[in-house]
Amino acid sequence: MTEPLLSVEDLRVHFHTDAGVVKAVDGVSWSVAPGETLGIVGESGSGKSVSALAVMGLVPVPPARYESGRILFKGRDLIAADEKERRAIRGKEISMIFQDPLTALNPVFRVGHQIAEVIQAHEKIGRIPARAKAVELLGEVGIPNPRQRAREYPHQFSGGMRQRAMIAMALALDPLVLLADEPTTALDVTVQAQIMDLLIRLQADRGTAIVLITHDLGLVAGHADRVLVMYAGKVAELGTIDDVYYRPRHPYTLGLLNSLARMDQRRTDRLRPIIGQPPSLIRVPPGCAFHPRCPFATDVCRRDVPALEPKDGPDHLAACHHADQVELQQSPAAS
Amino acid sequence: MGKYVVRRLLQMVLVLFGASIILFLALFVIPGDPIATSQGEGHQLDKASHDAIARRYHLDQPLPQQYVGYVGRLLKGDLGESYSYRRPVTTIIREKIGNTAKLAVAAIVLEIALGIIAGIIAAVFRYSFLDVLVTLSTTVAIGVPTFVIGLALQNVFAVNLHWLPLQGQQAGRESIILPAITLAAVNIALVARLMRGAMSEVLRADYIRTAYAKGLSKRVVIMKHALRNSIIPVLTYLGISFGALLGGALITETVFNWNGIGLALVGAIQQQDNPIVLGVVTYGVAVFVVVNLIVDISYAFLDPRIRLE
Repeated sequence: MTEPLLSVEDLRVHFHTDAGVVKAVDGVSWSVAPGETLGIVGESGSGKSVSALAVMGLVPVPPARYESGRILFKGRDLIAADEKERRAIRGKEISMIFQDPLTALNPVFRVGHQIAEVIQAHEKIGRIPARAKAVELLGEVGIPNPRQRAREYPHQFSGGMRQRAMIAMALALDPLVLLADEPTTALDVTVQAQIMDLLIRLQADRGTAIVLITHDLGLVAGHADRVLVMYAGKVAELGTIDDVYYRPRHPYTLGLLNSLARMDQRRTDRLRPIIGQPPSLIRVPPGCAFHPRCPFATDVCRRDVPALEPKDGPDHLAACHHADQVELQQSPAAS
Repeated sequence: MGKYVVRRLLQMVLVLFGASIILFLALFVIPGDPIATSQGEGHQLDKASHDAIARRYHLDQPLPQQYVGYVGRLLKGDLGESYSYRRPVTTIIREKIGNTAKLAVAAIVLEIALGIIAGIIAAVFRYSFLDVLVTLSTTVAIGVPTFVIGLALQNVFAVNLHWLPLQGQQAGRESIILPAITLAAVNIALVARLMRGAMSEVLRADYIRTAYAKGLSKRVVIMKHALRNSIIPVLTYLGISFGALLGGALITETVFNWNGIGLALVGAIQQQDNPIVLGVVTYGVAVFVVVNLIVDISYAFLDPRIRLE
């Protein structure tokens, strides 16, 4: 692995609400290298989006508070940086695309204008050349007839087209890092594949590091180099796709894989869902947060929070007291 | 778009027609003799003079015939003659409309400027001291009747501080300040509240997060991306409130002795000078319909999703 470009270290983002403290991100570390794709997976409410929003500086403070941690980008700690410095990075060096392209574009401005706007926000460039660049970008992300399309409004675009426009906007200034928060969730399956292919192609051209946040394990398997599994605001497991998918060392990862229909394996038994519900982030269970749903749970799990430690190799980390017992029922060799 | 405007203008004719029937009937069911009233107290008219005046104003005809005659003259732009002024209503309106228009424009400018700014500040700094201040002051402005606000302003700024003229228009430009504030007060408050609500909602929208993610400054995000989206409900309200503004002018002009059509209308109602009442209200309805047409057309410019058909 090359030197990380962006690294999040021991990040804790807690939301102070009337109902209590929501520990959305509670001691999370990850990093991404140039040209690499890191997948972050987890259920809704596992805190997977919040660490990305923290990188962007888009977590509302208050109610949120940074309890600890650093976000290092090109040697600078973004949490300590002032708003002006962060704004210079947002959209230029680190950009983000969001889940729902229907609502992520402003309905009252032309698509071309919205793309040109990000260019003009960061570069000394006139309105006309910025517009020309926007048209060019729309063409690059595969929108036919980009000159005319640039003059249209978001509601005149289909869902897939809008996400393409979002990607054009995010990649307008060749950012080093692209944070993609559920980029394909709101789209239908064939469009999903097109959007992912587009992202991968643009990444190959530009060497962009991508952080792909999703609940879709299949998407991560197909497109990411490494994967981070989050549960209740903490890292459950982190490793290469092969490590995590074929040799999971956390019962939660195992549960996710067992509940997934896989095309690369013959299934002999039924899919097994994970029993129970993810915990409320206000009242996280003591010890290992996963223990109420875990078939391996013992007294130590109810008492002590497991440390995130190397398993099998230095780059495969899991936070489980019983990592040794976790075994994928069907290893790829057995099928 | 052209088609739309034409259709709306034709609708306006229907609205005016309907309004004229209702107004006409309403005025004639009011008991009392307008001719006697117009003579002032203590004057008795002999039968012959009374009949002559009645003939002159078509009051001797049966009601349907009077109405047909009225509409016929209305179509020619003739609103009839005032009983008490003995002059054409159109002339009287023309003399006074300028003063009312000045007041209305000043009030709308205040509504837009103060209401929208207060609403934006309250939404952006939600639950802050400023927000609480906006909420409290708007509650007062909405709760207290217009004439009380007017009297209170007169008391403070004219009677006690001597900063501004008490009433009338003799003092020039300064004399419009208090009446304009009085007339606008309720609407400033309502616009501020609407703006606060709309803006707070828009600020939570995904595209606002996108705008921040692009690295735009807070000022651009709020004054461009959020404002453009949250101004639409406010604009609708401003259009509708225009009718209320004409009603408010009645009270405000009375309190400040402002020589506009509101004051003329109050006098006309008291003296049963029906041609003036009918003329002024018909005029008001026409202005209201045109203003709302302008508001509806401006939607299409503010929100491209709205197509006028």
